[in-house]
Amino acid sequence: MANLFKSFSTWIIIGVIAAILPLIFDSSFALTLLSKMGVLIIFTVAYNMLLGQGGMLSFGHAIYFGLAGYASIHIMNGIGAETLPYFPTVLFPLIGAVVGLFFGCLVGYVSTRRAGTAFAMISLGFGEMVTAMTLIFVLFFNGEDGIQTDRMVGPEPFGITFGPQIEIYYLILFWCVITVALMYIITKTPFGRMSNAVRDNPERAAFIGYSVRRVRWQAFALSSMFAGAAGSLHALNYEHIGFESVSVIQSGAVLFMAFIGGAGHFLGPIVGAIGLTYLDSTLADYTEAWLLYLGLTFSGIVMFAPGGLAGLIVMHGPIARTDKKLLTSLVKPYLLAIGSVVTGLIGLIGIIEMLYFRSLISKGEGEVIIFWTEFNANGITSWLIFIGLILGGVFLSKKTFPMAKESWDHAISVVKTEISHE
Amino acid sequence: MDVILFTLFNGLLYGMLLFMLSSGLTLIFGMMGVLNFAHASFFMLGAYFAYQISKYIGFIPALFIAPLIIAFCGAMVEKYALRRVHKFGHVAELLFTFGLFYIIEELVQMIWGKVPVGYHVPEYLDFTLFSMSGMGYQAYAMFTLVISVAMFVVLFSVLTKTRAGLIIQAALTHPEIVSSLGHNVPRVFMLVFGLGCALAGLAGVLAGNTLGTEPSMALSLGPIVFVVIVVGGLGSLKGALVASILIGVVQTTAISLDYSINNFIEFIGLSVDVESLWRIIIDLTISQVAPILPYLLLVLMLIFRPRGLYGNRDV
Repeated sequence: MANLFKSFSTWIIIGVIAAILPLIFDSSFALTLLSKMGVLIIFTVAYNMLLGQGGMLSFGHAIYFGLAGYASIHIMNGIGAETLPYFPTVLFPLIGAVVGLFFGCLVGYVSTRRAGTAFAMISLGFGEMVTAMTLIFVLFFNGEDGIQTDRMVGPEPFGITFGPQIEIYYLILFWCVITVALMYIITKTPFGRMSNAVRDNPERAAFIGYSVRRVRWQAFALSSMFAGAAGSLHALNYEHIGFESVSVIQSGAVLFMAFIGGAGHFLGPIVGAIGLTYLDSTLADYTEAWLLYLGLTFSGIVMFAPGGLAGLIVMHGPIARTDKKLLTSLVKPYLLAIGSVVTGLIGLIGIIEMLYFRSLISKGEGEVIIFWTEFNANGITSWLIFIGLILGGVFLSKKTFPMAKESWDHAISVVKTEISHE
Repeated sequence: MDVILFTLFNGLLYGMLLFMLSSGLTLIFGMMGVLNFAHASFFMLGAYFAYQISKYIGFIPALFIAPLIIAFCGAMVEKYALRRVHKFGHVAELLFTFGLFYIIEELVQMIWGKVPVGYHVPEYLDFTLFSMSGMGYQAYAMFTLVISVAMFVVLFSVLTKTRAGLIIQAALTHPEIVSSLGHNVPRVFMLVFGLGCALAGLAGVLAGNTLGTEPSMALSLGPIVFVVIVVGGLGSLKGALVASILIGVVQTTAISLDYSINNFIEFIGLSVDVESLWRIIIDLTISQVAPILPYLLLVLMLIFRPRGLYGNRDV
């Protein structure tokens, strides 16, 4: 009970902080960004119910997000034209949830027979099918243009019109807290545990009498339901929905967020959604190569830290619990290792930026700004500097990584002896 | 009749292109359990490399050199990246290749730009070979078909008739035993991965100049190749061939059919008078819905025959 209370109070604190944020960052850019983050947090956590909790990698989860968005916009337009009865805007995510649940049940039924790579392939097939449909069934999807709406419809209880962005932000925040808390509770229920069991060992789960396929199907449907709620909010936020919101691009984006943040931990996807949405909105102004960096980061995480950022942090939990001094002893070797990696990365980024500049932007000019400094992309010096940085980074990494590894091994062995003594 | 023949020819051509892509993918999948999301990216690289090489030393050398370079790239990806990810399981391997897909697409944009490059059919193959009642059969199309059929014959005989093929086939099903017989299974895996990528690269060399060589070509063809290997049955080369040709013919035929449900209703002597939404559905022509037909086939397959045409286990 105390635990439950503790986790509830954590949620409330996070919610209150999020509620104060727009008072501190009150520019319209910040508000748009915060709203987008809220929507994507719901979507990413919902996606992680599938990827992290259920062990199903989907390349087509955006279809529930997008279709719910389309449905919400049509209903909103119907209310606006008074062909449909009034439905409170506050409750629109419920419509999205129903739409998501419906399609999730439908698609989940045929695709959850197996998890793993086969499931991934099938999900991509469904994703592509719906994307192709958006260009065919023009009346519903309106092709590449997508459809618009006006969210200010119906009566205005307490003067809330949902016209100003700040009101939409609080609507998103409200639903974000509710849905994320619900999804958190689901992970603690017997169903959530069963979903983990099916992920880790389907044979054993089947042996103790559960229908593996049924558990996967339920997880799939629930995940689609929450994705639908997010899609509805996305549509309300932009008053527009287009084919890209159902496409594999959107599905890929949510996969990046969940995995880079850390699919194995509940908080991972939230970290990923906040971080990547922020970078996506800000870095896109500075560099053409944003997607390349994203792809490299993602592949790097898959190769070296499959637990994502959250996994890296959680890894140090036992050390921090045993002895705080042990944790501080890790700081120095870590900083050295990180420093050498960053050196190499700066070199790599410099090279990539200059290559991009030469092939896409430059019209015979050579002046390119990288890291607030002007470089000449045609001159040999700038290339040598960056190549030198890469080589230096690699050289230093070779020295510092074994050191970091050694201190980590030492810390873990201390923890292990500590535990065996108890 | 001639129109049907011509459509079938084009369907076969497209089908063989799909087969060149899917054979490599299904071979790699069947053997290593690795689903290579970036497979179509190697197809794209094949087209770009061929464009670059044929600019300097001509198309015929490019036909051989480009797939070889791709094979080398593929083998390096397997050796230095996939092998490291292998211990985290097949889903991690798939995730890695998903990242690779983005990386290759961005690198291609970085080197060759975002607009299509001018990779053309070589002049000495750019003529009409023969005409049959108004339908001209292009020499280059015939050339592509011959190469792809030859590739199929070579691949099939290597796999079934040679010693190397026997080792590969054995490593597909019993890697431990093959390994204990003294064969270097990781090296076999690396070579098969390289071979699969080279096949995709060859398809890129052959099709890049007719389909258009641009950064989005991997994304437009990749998902269909996945459909092909699911419909054919995971890991089955024969299934990949049949499914490729089936999907190739279905899609090419569908594009040329301008009939809708409404045409059919009128044809049998009825007329319907329905409003808006239904009107639009019955007025949709087969050619309009052609892009979703492969995926529809996938769904039907999953419902009625989850193991695919020639697969031996359910998907």
